[in-house]
Amino acid sequence: MSTAPRPALSDRSLLQPEHRLPDGLVAVVKRECATCVMVVPILERLAAGEAVLTVYTQDDPTFPAGLAPVHDADLGLSWHHDVETVPTLVRVVDGVEVERTVGWSRDAWRALTGIDDLGEDLPPMRPGCGSKSVDPDLVDALRARFSGSVLHARRVEFADAEDDVEAMYDRGWTDGLPVVAPTEARVLRMLTGTTRAPDDIVAVVPPDLVEITVEKVAINAVMAGCRPEYLPWVIAALEAVCTDEFNIHGVLATTMPVGPVIMCNGPGTRHIGMNSGMNVFGQGNRANLTIGRAVQLIIRNVGGGRPGEVDRATHGNPGKISFCFAEDEDASPITSLATARGIAPGGNAVTVFAGEGPRCIVDQLARDPDDLANTFAACLRTLHNPKLVLAFDAVVVIGPEHARVFADAGWDRERILAELHSRLQIPGADLVRGAHGIAEGVPAHLQDTTLPKFRPDGILLLHAGGGAGLFSAMIGGWANGAMGSQPVTRIVRA
Amino acid sequence: MSSVVLDPTNERAVAERTRCARPASVQGLTVGLLDISKARGNIFLDRIQERLVELGATVKRFAKPTFTKPAPVDLRHEIASQCQVVIEALAD
Repeated sequence: MSTAPRPALSDRSLLQPEHRLPDGLVAVVKRECATCVMVVPILERLAAGEAVLTVYTQDDPTFPAGLAPVHDADLGLSWHHDVETVPTLVRVVDGVEVERTVGWSRDAWRALTGIDDLGEDLPPMRPGCGSKSVDPDLVDALRARFSGSVLHARRVEFADAEDDVEAMYDRGWTDGLPVVAPTEARVLRMLTGTTRAPDDIVAVVPPDLVEITVEKVAINAVMAGCRPEYLPWVIAALEAVCTDEFNIHGVLATTMPVGPVIMCNGPGTRHIGMNSGMNVFGQGNRANLTIGRAVQLIIRNVGGGRPGEVDRATHGNPGKISFCFAEDEDASPITSLATARGIAPGGNAVTVFAGEGPRCIVDQLARDPDDLANTFAACLRTLHNPKLVLAFDAVVVIGPEHARVFADAGWDRERILAELHSRLQIPGADLVRGAHGIAEGVPAHLQDTTLPKFRPDGILLLHAGGGAGLFSAMIGGWANGAMGSQPVTRIVRA
Repeated sequence: MSSVVLDPTNERAVAERTRCARPASVQGLTVGLLDISKARGNIFLDRIQERLVELGATVKRFAKPTFTKPAPVDLRHEIASQCQVVIEALAD
């Protein structure tokens, strides 16, 4: 049972009178609970005694007969006082709860009431039943009704005749695909995925440089189709892309076909069901698709970054709807990307990279690590233009069958990277403008130098993909360094 | 039944910011030319500067540190305090 945002105890004086606890003994029961029926004689004895007893019933307004039950019809009293089990017996002094017991425990009821021979003829203990206020079918509506005030976003009412999905298209809130309507109930449920307060500021979102609260993140996460347990990943990814180093403003505004590529590490990726295996970049996995989508919806809806406006991409790429995946760490022969970037093993983290769509590296014949490294280097050499160097980083996602070739030869992460960089030292004569009949290239004065394709930390290596297929993938980056975008890693916090 | 959803946007009221009236002439005015630092933008601005000077304007040149990021607030203030008119050069 997830916990919901509730008024703090100090706020309970603000509750509606019918939701405040009366002084004396308070019992909360429902007729359909056998334990509640069993304790009716106990309640009758308490009502006949010195203490004032008030009985609240959650279902049948007449139960228990003869005890003048108060019907908690809207379940507000049960909700506000965290009744999770019936029967619940509470002792209240001056409007403040001082003691509580749940279910039937003879010793506990005796201690709470001070009656030493209470329940002689009943079993010593019997568990209660679930309170209606925590019924999974009712809890979202109750949370919205009683905790909606924690949400500050403007309410938008759709007319009776409007189709919700069409209404959200009309308002420009979508990325071209339908979105889930962010009702109060859904947004409050989404907020149960984080311990952060709804009004916490997560980031300042470009291009309009708007402060975004956890609540606004949750609204867009609902629209994207996220489950509550994805919310911390959305928050971490958003924090990462909204840094000056990542520079989402430039990533958005560029004419190049790049967007945030969100790479996830840690045991949490398995807990929330992310895909790191077969079809890792493809369709079919809710977490992969909706975490990245939520980030992009936030850039659009909160940051104000829309295609054709600040987004000036010549072609764009389909990953700009969502490009998010997990590294396959369990089966990986190399240390993980997050570990390589300073995250302690076992930590949950996201790394964001300004990247284009993935391209396949095919080599079905290499069984020797040098042969395979030669193929990787030859493919990487072509990134964006075979004659452009140092301006762009790349992500290389090694498929499991390729990884095995390196692992069998004892090559670890550092060795693989060193071998790739060593194969990507290119004579200036091959790169200068006009060489090989290609105008693009480096200035003529670099003719007699040797230039690396990538800067020393310009290749990010991960292990992911299905178990069959001698393939890997590479993802080209955008302008790197301080004038463009740097990869950024952030820890995911609950 | 009507439904109520929470606004996913930044809820910024549209602030209408009207531009200053276009001057009838640039004679005697200081015109700022903002280079966004894209390749060959300077060539375009050099020619614009020649034309403006012919028309009697004083020209001041400014440049963003990088085209990928918005102009820093200090640069925007510098232009606003020194010029009556600004022209921003885009490229691509």
